Amino acid sequence: MGFPDRIERTIDLEHPPSKVWAALTTAEGLSGWFGQQAAIDLRPGGEARMSFGEDFTARMRVERVEAQTVFGYTWHVYGLPEEDPRRTYVEFTLEPTATGTRLTVVESGFAQLPDDEHAKAFRGNTQGWASELGELVEYLDAAVAAV
Amino acid sequence: MPQSPQSDIESIAEQVFVALGDPSRRAVLAALAANGPSTVTELAARLPITRQAIAKHLTLLAEAGLVTAEPGERRRVRYRLHSAPMQVAQQFLAALARDWDGPLGALKRHLDSSAG
Repeated sequence: MGFPDRIERTIDLEHPPSKVWAALTTAEGLSGWFGQQAAIDLRPGGEARMSFGEDFTARMRVERVEAQTVFGYTWHVYGLPEEDPRRTYVEFTLEPTATGTRLTVVESGFAQLPDDEHAKAFRGNTQGWASELGELVEYLDAAVAAV
Repeated sequence: MPQSPQSDIESIAEQVFVALGDPSRRAVLAALAANGPSTVTELAARLPITRQAIAKHLTLLAEAGLVTAEPGERRRVRYRLHSAPMQVAQQFLAALARDWDGPLGALKRHLDSSAG
C-alpha cells in the first residue's frame, strides 16, 4: 500500500490544554504559529481561513469542536485545482499529561478518488472547452469567408 | 471482485509516474499541455523525437488514460492530454509534501515564547 491516506504526528507540549486549545482555535493563536493572518468561526460548519504570504489563503471548514479536547476541520488538498471538491480532514486531539499536553494531529483523506459527480463535471468541462473553441473557429472562419 | 478505491488510485498514480519517468514521454505530455491537442506530425515537428517513437509513446500514454485520441479533420487523429490521472498523482504528491513537522515545531516555539 504505497499511497498514504493518513498522516499522523504526536508532540508533547509543556503547556496546559487550555493554552494549546487557544493556540489552535483562536485567530490570535493561529496567526502566532500557523498562518500569517487568521480568522475563525469556532463551531461545526463555521468557516476559518489563514493566509500564508500574499498569494495563498487556506480556507477551512470547522467540523468538530469539543472544548480543549478535539478540534477538527476540512480543507482543500493543496496542489489540486481550486475547483476540485476533494478535501482532507485534519483533527487535533489534546490529552492532558503530567507535564502539559500531548497533541496529536491526524490528516486523512489523501487517497480518495474524485466522486462521480466531479468526474462528470470534469468531462463536461473539457468537452465544454473543446466545443467552445470549435465554435470560435467556426465563427472566425465564417467571418473570414464573409469578407 | 472489484478493486478497492485504494488500489485504483494507486494504479492510476503509478501509471502517471511511469509515464513521467521517460524524458521523451515527458516531452510529449509537455507539448500537449503547452499547445493543446496535436497530431503525431505536429508533435514530430516540435520535438527532437522521430514520428515512430512519438507514435509508440502516444499508444502507451493512451493505454494509461493520460491522452485521448480523437478524430480530427481529414481523418488525422489528434491527441489530447487527459488530466484526471495527473490530479490523482498530484494528490499522492500532496500527501508526501504535507509537512506537519514544520508547523508543529512552530506551535511549540510559539507556546514556549509566549509562556510567562
